[in-house]
Amino acid sequence: MGGRAVNLRSPLAAVLGRGSSGHGVAHWWAQRVTALALVPLAPWFVVSLAGLPLGDHAAVTNWIAAGGHPVWLALLLLAVCRHSSLGVQVVIEDYVHGPALKLALLLLNGGAHIVLLAGGVYAVLRIALQGMP
Amino acid sequence: MSTPARPLSPHLSIYRFMHTMALSILHRITGVWMAFGCIALVAWLCSAAAGEGAYARATAVLGSAPGRILLLLWLAAFCYHFVNGLRHLAWDALLGLEKRTARISGRVALAVALTAFLALAYLLFCPWVAAP
Repeated sequence: MGGRAVNLRSPLAAVLGRGSSGHGVAHWWAQRVTALALVPLAPWFVVSLAGLPLGDHAAVTNWIAAGGHPVWLALLLLAVCRHSSLGVQVVIEDYVHGPALKLALLLLNGGAHIVLLAGGVYAVLRIALQGMP
Repeated sequence: MSTPARPLSPHLSIYRFMHTMALSILHRITGVWMAFGCIALVAWLCSAAAGEGAYARATAVLGSAPGRILLLLWLAAFCYHFVNGLRHLAWDALLGLEKRTARISGRVALAVALTAFLALAYLLFCPWVAAP
C-alpha cells in the first residue's frame, strides 16, 4: 500500500456501487431469461431466412410484415441485443484490465447495443407499416 | 490496474487440458463474434426498410465472396452457441453437471451443432448460389 493516500472509505463503502454488490443476480437472470426467449425465436428466424428467396426485396419485406412477424422480430431484436450486451459486458469485465479502457469499452458496448436495438425495431416497424394508410 | 505482487489463485496453467475447456472458451468467442453479427443483421433490416435499391446494394455486399464467408462464420457461431447454450441452461437447472456427463454432452453438442450448420448452410446458400 506504500505511498498511497489514506483511504477513508470503509470496506463496505468501497464495495457498494460496484458491479458485484447486488447487480450480479439481475445480470445472471437477464442473461438466462433472454437465452430462454431466444430458444424458440432464434431458430424460427434462421430457418425462416433459409426458406426465403433472400435476393428478392418484395418477398423479404412481405415476410417481415406478414401476420405477427413484426412482433416476433421486435422481440427477437430485444432478446438478442440484451443477451449480446450482457455477454460482451462480462467478457470486457473479465479480460480488460485498464480501468479507463474498461469503462470506455463498457459504455461503447451498452450504447452500441441500444442503438442496434432502436435501429432494428425502427426498420421492422417501417416495413410493417409501409402498406398502411 | 496497478496490481502489485499479489498471490493469484492457480488457474489456466495448472489444469490438464480437457476438450471441455476449448468448448467453454469457444462459447465466449462465438458469442462475441455474433455480437458483431448484430451490426450486419440490423444493417440488413435497415436496407430492406430503405427500399429496393438499398436492399440490392446490401445483398450484393453480403452475397460477395467475403460477405458469404462472414455469413457462414456467423451461422457456424450461431449453431454452436445455440446448442452449447442449451447445455448451459441445463447446467443452470442442475442437470448434467457430472464430469462424465458434461464431457459427453460436450461432444454431442459439437456434433449437433455441426449437423445443424451443414444443413442450414445448404438451405441458406445453395438456392442463392444458383440464383443470378
